[in-house]
Amino acid sequence: MTRTNRREFLKAAAAGAALLPLPAIAQGAGARVVVVGGGFGGATCARFIKRIDPRINVTLVEANRTFIACPYSNTVIAGLRDLAAQQFGYDKLATDQVAVQFSPATGIDPQRRTVTLGNGTEHAYDRLVLSPGIDIRWSALPGYTETAAERMPHAWRAGEQTLLLRRQLEAMEDGGTVVISAPANPFRCPPGPYERASLIAYYLKTKKPKSKLIILDAKDAFSKQRLFENAWKALYPNLEWVSLSKGGKVTSVDVGAMTLVTDFDRHKADVANVIPPQKGGRIADIAAVADRTGWCPIDPASFESKLQPNIHVIGDASIAGAMPKSAFSANAQAKVCAAAVAKLVAGSTPDEPRLINTCYSLVAPDYGISIEGVYRPADGQIKEVEGTAGVSPLDAPNATRALEATFANDWFKTITTEVFG
Amino acid sequence: MNATRIVGIAAFALILAGHASAAELADAPPGALSCSGCHSTAPAVDTAVPRLIGRNSADIVAAMQAFKTGQPPSTVMERIAKGFSEDEVKAIAAWYGAQKD
Repeated sequence: MTRTNRREFLKAAAAGAALLPLPAIAQGAGARVVVVGGGFGGATCARFIKRIDPRINVTLVEANRTFIACPYSNTVIAGLRDLAAQQFGYDKLATDQVAVQFSPATGIDPQRRTVTLGNGTEHAYDRLVLSPGIDIRWSALPGYTETAAERMPHAWRAGEQTLLLRRQLEAMEDGGTVVISAPANPFRCPPGPYERASLIAYYLKTKKPKSKLIILDAKDAFSKQRLFENAWKALYPNLEWVSLSKGGKVTSVDVGAMTLVTDFDRHKADVANVIPPQKGGRIADIAAVADRTGWCPIDPASFESKLQPNIHVIGDASIAGAMPKSAFSANAQAKVCAAAVAKLVAGSTPDEPRLINTCYSLVAPDYGISIEGVYRPADGQIKEVEGTAGVSPLDAPNATRALEATFANDWFKTITTEVFG
Repeated sequence: MNATRIVGIAAFALILAGHASAAELADAPPGALSCSGCHSTAPAVDTAVPRLIGRNSADIVAAMQAFKTGQPPSTVMERIAKGFSEDEVKAIAAWYGAQKD
């Protein structure tokens, strides 16, 4: 629809609305929304915009036909699950009348409000939602390049990297040393490095008990820390965590020597998992919605960019205040953003939202721990509702840990069904 | 102009006919859509976490009040319940209670 035609259409819709109730919804008819990125944020947002107002034309832009989920992928690395259980397609989005374009977004023109794709097509939008996830900052850790990642996998975007790390662990001799490098904040999935360390330690304990695991950390504190540390003490005596103040920060990697370098030491690894510094996905730079931190400042009620009007950013790429970069957060943000976009294209004001995050980590297959919080906009940011953020009790019985491991699995089934099912 | 108006009315009629859930979704009270991250809206998902759709809203309100007090003990719900006032819980409970599969 051309711009002129659209204006006429909106006028006609408004005229029609005079005869019918719900004029605000009638105004939204024919609006065009493009969503870039088909993960937990983008796929959710596209579907919910369409469900909230079926007359909005929604296009989802995604480079890959198969989505590979990061949550639970640490169980794949530890040999507890097949990668196939992490894979999802987009067929159900098409039946929801979301138009899916399998091509990378290569250009965004905020003035003309268009998105250009790698397949050469151009898509005009009234509102654009970006949910690009993360990109690796390849230059940030000296020596850690895309080539280096073939030898020292990051496995922080699930797929071939996940399988590579698993194969390396399987090929390692009993008695070997696994080294994990954990980055400074902020990064995708704050408890993720420690869940991964736990499950690799579980694999080593059950399959290669003479081996050891060292976490070199660029931080002195991390998510669910005391819960992880208590569990490690009880379950994994061969797991060592080296904090920032104990010299844990990796300052460079030497791939040829399979060595991770810190200010005080050189750590030779048989298997090295480098979780590198990150930033919002590349399209955030192209759209000029990322600030100097590499992440995207947003309005806490609508997730509209503070740098570009009519563009919204959700999920890991956004600066969502107190909300962690998790799949649960991205999904919750996507639904708030969908409701806000539906209101905005209809000419009304988004409601003040309330958001929840719940994140489970597995310390062992039958040992789950959780963190959660409730969030709301305050002072232009997303803040925790006081007294709601917290973690599993430190002194819970085994039955509680087993129950939370069940809930972790339940969560994965529920959320992937909502997003892709 | 007439033709476009007819398109507009037809689209509107489509909503009345087949998409009642659209109006429900548009009216979701703050926080309600976050719940479905764990409490499935899809009947096919079999989990230990109870579904909220179609559940008696008074039961949801009573459960949330109980969670806030810590009795019976819960995992994450005690703190999540504290994030919502009684009126907010009532709105969410009424919204889920009014929906059907």
